[in-house]
Amino acid sequence: MKRVYVKEEVCIGCGLCQVYCQVEQSQSKDIIKAFKREAPRPLPRVHVERNVEICFPIQCRHCTEPWCVYSCLTGAMHKDPVSGMVSVDMEKCIGCWTCIVACPYGALSRDLNSKTIIKCDLCPGREIPACVLNCPNEALVLGVDEKEE
Amino acid sequence: MQTKYLIIGNSAGGIGAAEAIRQMDKKGALTIVSDEPYPAYSRPLISKYLTGERTLEEILFRPPDFYDQNNIIFLPGKEVTHVELDHQTARLEDGEQIAWEKLLFAVGGKPIFPKMKGSGKRGVFTFTNLDDAKAIDRFLDNARKAVVIGGGLIGISVTEALIKRGVDVIVVEMKERILNTILDQQASLMAEEVLKQAGVEIIAGHTVVKISGRKAVKEVILDNGVAIPCDLVVVAIGVSPRPELALDAKLEINRGIVVDRHMATNHPGVYACGDVAEAYDFVYGENRPTPIWPNAYVGGRIAGFNMAGVTAEYPGGTAINSLNYFGIDIASAGMPTAPNDDGYETISKQEGNIYQKVILKNDLIMGMIFVGNIEKSGVIFGLMRDRVNVESFKQSLLADDFGLAFFPRPLWQERLTPSPDITLQPALPIEAEEETFAGE
Ligand code: SF4
Ligand code: SF4
Repeated sequence: MKRVYVKEEVCIGCGLCQVYCQVEQSQSKDIIKAFKREAPRPLPRVHVERNVEICFPIQCRHCTEPWCVYSCLTGAMHKDPVSGMVSVDMEKCIGCWTCIVACPYGALSRDLNSKTIIKCDLCPGREIPACVLNCPNEALVLGVDEKEE
Repeated sequence: MQTKYLIIGNSAGGIGAAEAIRQMDKKGALTIVSDEPYPAYSRPLISKYLTGERTLEEILFRPPDFYDQNNIIFLPGKEVTHVELDHQTARLEDGEQIAWEKLLFAVGGKPIFPKMKGSGKRGVFTFTNLDDAKAIDRFLDNARKAVVIGGGLIGISVTEALIKRGVDVIVVEMKERILNTILDQQASLMAEEVLKQAGVEIIAGHTVVKISGRKAVKEVILDNGVAIPCDLVVVAIGVSPRPELALDAKLEINRGIVVDRHMATNHPGVYACGDVAEAYDFVYGENRPTPIWPNAYVGGRIAGFNMAGVTAEYPGGTAINSLNYFGIDIASAGMPTAPNDDGYETISKQEGNIYQKVILKNDLIMGMIFVGNIEKSGVIFGLMRDRVNVESFKQSLLADDFGLAFFPRPLWQERLTPSPDITLQPALPIEAEEETFAGE
């Protein structure tokens, strides 16, 4: 099971992980076009939390016991038994937001356009997720839980 | 026939149990009996079925090949009429006997139907399962005006569906406001406002005493004598546990089947979960029915592990609800209003269409309500579920940017630090050396 971890002591709270996540989720994969031309603007699946001098990004932990999956009313939220990744089936999701109430990390967001949940998908097709790749201070690292493989 | 595991009920609880059992025991014979003729579907989605937004295939809770894939013997459309706990058998309506080793009651609840004259007339429905939705759907060609009895979750959900189908709706709520068991006064008012804007009429503080008409519904009569003409009545007062089978079997029953933290009943090898059970509620610190989908699934999952011989404990559940009827997002959990006792503290905030409230006692979160902006409700609910003492940061609970960063350091570290089993990969593939993660 892969997930992204943060080294809080080196996170500078710049929010670039969030920006690159948006670019990754965009049509154009171009930072200027993604922000200035694409409507709706792609939404980030990672959020930087800041409280005075503390800051760190939060994205889905792809939990071993995922509350979001257990709470989903429709079966849209599911955990892949092989990869361990937690993902949402946009066709099935009805945007009831029950999983938002269930997730203790606040890792899920509402896409008010499609009325579905959006969340970290670990960047399919990439070896290393965009947030990890683009953090200027290497505050994000990809971790692999061997036990769970 | 013989089976190792017998699950009676095919909704959230039954499926949760089956999935947990199969995680631990791939082979042991597993049988699910359901009195409904359908594969597991999402009950909360029957309103989307009624509006025509979704077909049966589109409201299935699991893929159609779920039972085959998991090697489950699925007996749809069969009713269990009797269980013998000492002999470990169950009898189906058609006379078939099933011998089991472990049994789970996941039979759900049944709609509460108050005594009312004329409730047998054509045009009177309940709204808890797919057949109810189908029956209403078939009837809608003849219906212009509906009275929904009960302004709770089920009532509001069917109200929204009927409005979308072009039917006029009047909601009759016995208490002084709708959604009164899960919302406080302020949030109820906000919900009422959007309903009214959608054209729904709400009559609060009254009950229906009589449904009249020759064979079909013509009008309902309220307790104050007022008659409301209508051609459709939906009784949506709520559900109560359906423990008849268990009663027969002499299990301990209060309002629902009483279970311990392993979801086990007082009879060895027999478990219960979901709307039929009365499991631990961590807010009230006692067993209570919390008839909501997520608790049924989690309870079923815990039951399933224990049935498969792997000890697992139910963390407890409380009423949690997320609703977004008529375009307003509302999340609530635990107590909607603080009881009139000493020691409760309420923090709330209102800005335009956003309303947020947290109820505390001894610095533990006892209840929460979020209207409008609900994105951080999960973080608050997580603190509530984990029974975290929030004294040192309670002033921030409703901050706009609230999140884990507002927790005391050890608390967020515990949640974010990788366990020792985890190998951290170098951030950039070009780096030769493996990064070490120091943490703090
Ligand atoms: S959304 Fe939340 S609960 Fe679900 S896997 Fe991710 S972090 Fe865990
Ligand atoms: S919002 Fe979507 S993913 Fe979340 S619980 Fe509802 S249906 Fe499931």
